[in-house]
Amino acid sequence: MSKEILDKVNEKLKIQFPDLQMEAELLYDFPVFTVDHNKVHDVLKFLKEDTDLNFHFLTDLTAMQTADEKQLGVIYHLHNMPKNMRVRVKTFVDISKPEIPTATDLWVGANWMERESYDFYGVRFKGHPNLTRILNVDEMDIFPLRKEYPLEDQVREDKEDKLFGR
Amino acid sequence: MSKKENTITPPADTMEKEYTTLNLGPTHPATHGIFQNVLKMDGEIIHDAVPTLGYIHRAFEKLAERRPYAQITPITDRLNYCSSPINNMGWHMTVEKLIKAEIPKRAEYMRVIVMELSRIADHIICNTIIGQDTGATTGFLYLFQWREHIYDIFESICGARLTTNICRIGGFDVEWTKVTWDRIHAFIKDFPAALNEFNKLLMRNKIFMDRTVDCGPISGERALEYSFTGPNLRAAGIDYDVRVATPYSSYQDFDFKIPVGTSGDTYDRFTVRNEEMWQSLEIIKQAIKNLPTGPVHADIPDFFLPPKQEVYNNMEALIYHFKIVMGETDVPKGEVYHCVEGGNGELGFYLISDGGRTPFRLHFRRPCFIYYQAYPEMIKGGLLSDAILTMSSMNVIAGELDA
Repeated sequence: MSKEILDKVNEKLKIQFPDLQMEAELLYDFPVFTVDHNKVHDVLKFLKEDTDLNFHFLTDLTAMQTADEKQLGVIYHLHNMPKNMRVRVKTFVDISKPEIPTATDLWVGANWMERESYDFYGVRFKGHPNLTRILNVDEMDIFPLRKEYPLEDQVREDKEDKLFGR
Repeated sequence: MSKKENTITPPADTMEKEYTTLNLGPTHPATHGIFQNVLKMDGEIIHDAVPTLGYIHRAFEKLAERRPYAQITPITDRLNYCSSPINNMGWHMTVEKLIKAEIPKRAEYMRVIVMELSRIADHIICNTIIGQDTGATTGFLYLFQWREHIYDIFESICGARLTTNICRIGGFDVEWTKVTWDRIHAFIKDFPAALNEFNKLLMRNKIFMDRTVDCGPISGERALEYSFTGPNLRAAGIDYDVRVATPYSSYQDFDFKIPVGTSGDTYDRFTVRNEEMWQSLEIIKQAIKNLPTGPVHADIPDFFLPPKQEVYNNMEALIYHFKIVMGETDVPKGEVYHCVEGGNGELGFYLISDGGRTPFRLHFRRPCFIYYQAYPEMIKGGLLSDAILTMSSMNVIAGELDA
């Protein structure tokens, strides 16, 4: 089933965006599409509005940092409820300029999920109505889920006391 | 100000309306948790609302990056603490998916029993508190003892009542005792009468209906745009249930209905949850009736703690025990998303593993976090007392909201 969804979406995307750099793979039971960050909004819009694919439901939106700490990733999980198809769309941006178009114009519910991603990773969603911190204090000047801020570990000697409030 | 000046009043249309700012919370007895709502009030009508959260943010996702897989279970307990077994098992199933473990049917059925029991416990809390917020304390006090009975069952399985940590990666650690089964049988025998009485108390109660019908409604389309799932989405008329759409843990074997509402108001959310309790009872009955025989855990020694007796007498078991306790077992590289139908809706676990002993990145899709952003829209134009009812009927749980 998942393989068919992968092929179907892949084919449709290739027709719609002929010059799009895209990686399509099947990870466990999920078709995954990695697309360029400049095109991600168009791809999401197409996936949502195409009558056949109809990925109308944004299940989840989150961010991550790659292992080399040079890129931030944004991950969207989309769902077509009537046909019960799910896909994952991933995109990566450079950490020095982490800007990506917002998805709040497609889904209202993306609002807080994007604020959460901004709060923890510092991904700046362009066009977001209110991109402020949501779970952490407003005065915080770091993005705590990034890999450069490790959790406190008793045996480490290289930790900076300032980051742990001492 | 002189008397003469006092008599001059500006024309009505140029008069600026003055709103009262009301801080509801952070800790307020009516909000069932620690979150703040800054309300802009026009008399008793809510004109605008700004929710503030993060008061009990505990950095679960960061914590998970330093813990071995088995040690992440306790932090999932603290998400939705009203139905923590569902969170535990959702997490275990995610890891099982990652390591491609086959779970015996018996363990899956036993998991279904526990998950449905905790769903009943969750809905008991939510529904009785809706009654409580309308002033009907009787139902709250009456039905709450049944939640205690469910916790007794959990206690006899794992020794804990609230923060359960109830199963293991791969199944249950031991077979349930006779006490557990007796308690489950007693529960499914006696609970329907109590639930029936609770339904009679509130379902057609004039005061209750006056307070809850058309209180905090949301349409089906709007709910989908806000990414609602679970009872709140079903109350708005969309019959989406993870247990049916993408069955996990043998849910495809069971025959049950998905209750659906029409208007998405507080009354519908109440009735949907009520009906779900009946359906959960049906599922438990079926699971007990068709319970397969066999082992209760999968044969995955790398992740499943061996029995203590083995550890003392068997070198292999001791090695595995040591490796698991020290968190030295590596997992395969991969990326999984697994979702379960939690008490509140689709509880998702997005896990990225780089092959090490801890997850590289773990993200919880917390249904409460997603519901709560629709809250200002749902209470606008309503009364303050309706706002309280809307919140309790959405079942916003602070632990799940803040992570």
